[in-house]
Formats: sequence, C-alpha cells, structure tokens
Amino acid sequence: MTRFAIPIAVFVALVALLGVGLKLDPREVPSPLIGKPAPHFELPQLHETSKTFTERDMLGKVWVLNVWASWCVSCREEHPVLLDLAASGAVPVYGLNYKDKREDGLAWLKGMGDPYELSIYDFDGRVGIDYGVYGVPETYVIDKAGVIRYKRIGPLTPQIVKEKVLPLVRELERA
Amino acid sequence: MPRLLALLPLLFAASVAAKEAAPAAADPALEKRVMALAEELRCLVCQNQTLADSNAPLAEDLRNQLREKMRQGKSDAEVVDFLVERYGDFVLYRPPLKATTVLLWFGPFLLLALGFAVLLRRVRRRRQAADTEISDADKKRAAELLAGREPR
Repeated sequence: MTRFAIPIAVFVALVALLGVGLKLDPREVPSPLIGKPAPHFELPQLHETSKTFTERDMLGKVWVLNVWASWCVSCREEHPVLLDLAASGAVPVYGLNYKDKREDGLAWLKGMGDPYELSIYDFDGRVGIDYGVYGVPETYVIDKAGVIRYKRIGPLTPQIVKEKVLPLVRELERA
Repeated sequence: MPRLLALLPLLFAASVAAKEAAPAAADPALEKRVMALAEELRCLVCQNQTLADSNAPLAEDLRNQLREKMRQGKSDAEVVDFLVERYGDFVLYRPPLKATTVLLWFGPFLLLALGFAVLLRRVRRRRQAADTEISDADKKRAAELLAGREPR
C-alpha cells in the first residue's frame, strides 16, 4: 500500500492543480490600469456631438464608466442591470459608445432605455484602446481623484453590482 | 536568369499586398517592423493568436496604433510599453522576468532537477540491491529451482 502512496499523492496533487487551472478564466486579464489615473479623453457626446465630455469633468465625484456598443451581444444582457443601477441613484453611470454607428447607438438607447447620464462617442475605438478595452462590455469605477479603482470585463450582473460595485462606491464616497 | 531577377520585385510586391489592405503598404520597411513586433504580441480577443495573425477588429486597430507610433519615431520598446501600460504583461508572448513570474520561468527547470533527483535515487538503490550478497545456501536453492526440482 505504501508503495503506491507517493504516486497517488502526486497524481491527486496534479489533478487538483489542473482542476484549479480549468476554473480560471483566461479572459479575466488583470488590468494594469487599476490604481492608475483614468486615461485622458475628450470626446463628443453621442446625443449632441457638438458638445464634448472629458474625464476631468468628473473630478470630485465617484462615477461609473461603462463601455457599450449596439453590436455587442452581452450588452443586451447587461442592459437591465445598468438601468437598475442608474435608477437606484447610487452612482452616476456614464457610457462610452465603442466603435459603433451613431444612429445604431441612439436607436439602441431609444429602444432599450438609457441608463447613462450621457454617452460619449468613440467611433474609432482610440479611447477604448487607452482604457485597455478588448471585450465589450467593460465597466470601470473611478474615484473622486480620477483614479480607476475597479474594472469589470464582461457584463455586470446583479450579484457583481451588489457585492463589488456598490460597496466600493460607498467606500469611495466616504473617502 | 536576368529575366527571372526582373520578376523578383513583383514577388515582393505580391507578398506586401497580401498583408491585408493595410493603409501603410507604401512603406514596406515600416510594415515589416510592424509585423515583426506584432508577432511578439498577443491579440486579446482571440488569445492564442498573435496581433499579426489575428483578423479581429481590435487587432487591426492595435496594428494601426503600432504603425502610427513607429511613424512618430518611437522605438520598439516604447511601442511595447504603450501596450503593456494598457493591457498588462499578458500581451507579451515572452513574459518579463519578475517576482511574480519566477515560477513560470524556472518551474520547468525545477521539475527537471526533481526528476533527475528521483531517477538518481532509484538507480542508486537498484545498484545497491544488485550488490547484496547471496549466500551459498541460497545459490544452491536457486540452482535447484532452475533445474525444476522442489528445493529441499
């Protein structure tokens, strides 16, 4: 029996290691932007392209930046969660309309409801690159000093909002 | 032969044209640099492809960024830093050596050394077993067994 003890122990350890590896999501790339100032942008607003919006307008406030597009399938799934979050009034939500056609973006908001204080329009995806966007939707929580505190790649869920976003917002509001 | 040589530039032209409808086909040297660097970088959308291979729209955008930065006279290292700042070390196919990646770099050698240690121990033990002395009585018993007789 003891003869097999070591090989079996090694085997079990290996299976455990590989099992953990299977559970890891390779899409969840840790963002190097967390703890860094939100990259600067100045983009036209989706509704009124003559007006611009920059992250500097939000200094002194805790806010959420959500990257979305009308062509993005999981944004559809996420949308009700954003509507709820915005309706709760817990934190202002701003949208970044990423590589979209303006008419499509506007039609989407008209049809599904608009959770955003306003959306900015990033037609060529340049600001998206500055924010390390690679899988829409993505969501950032930015603090009063303009520092990115949290990033979610993929759709927000009610659970993530409740367990991660809202507690963080409350904590940052107090700071 | 001269005729064949005359065809050579055509061949190159074809290979440049084959690299997508890149807006910078006008500058093959730059394009070569962009593609060489893109080979070293991971496309984040289809994670097992390089930026050079991938047709994802993001990969295309990022290649355009590489091209633009290089045109501005940035060095390869500066361009890579630009991407790492945004996407992290994950974009690099050759991860940098730092505290968090020590295991990644040296783990395989560690396993190899461990394997050798186990092998060495086994071989030694086996050699020791072979060296054990056999008494005359045992030898006789063995000879009888081999001859097909029941040992007494």
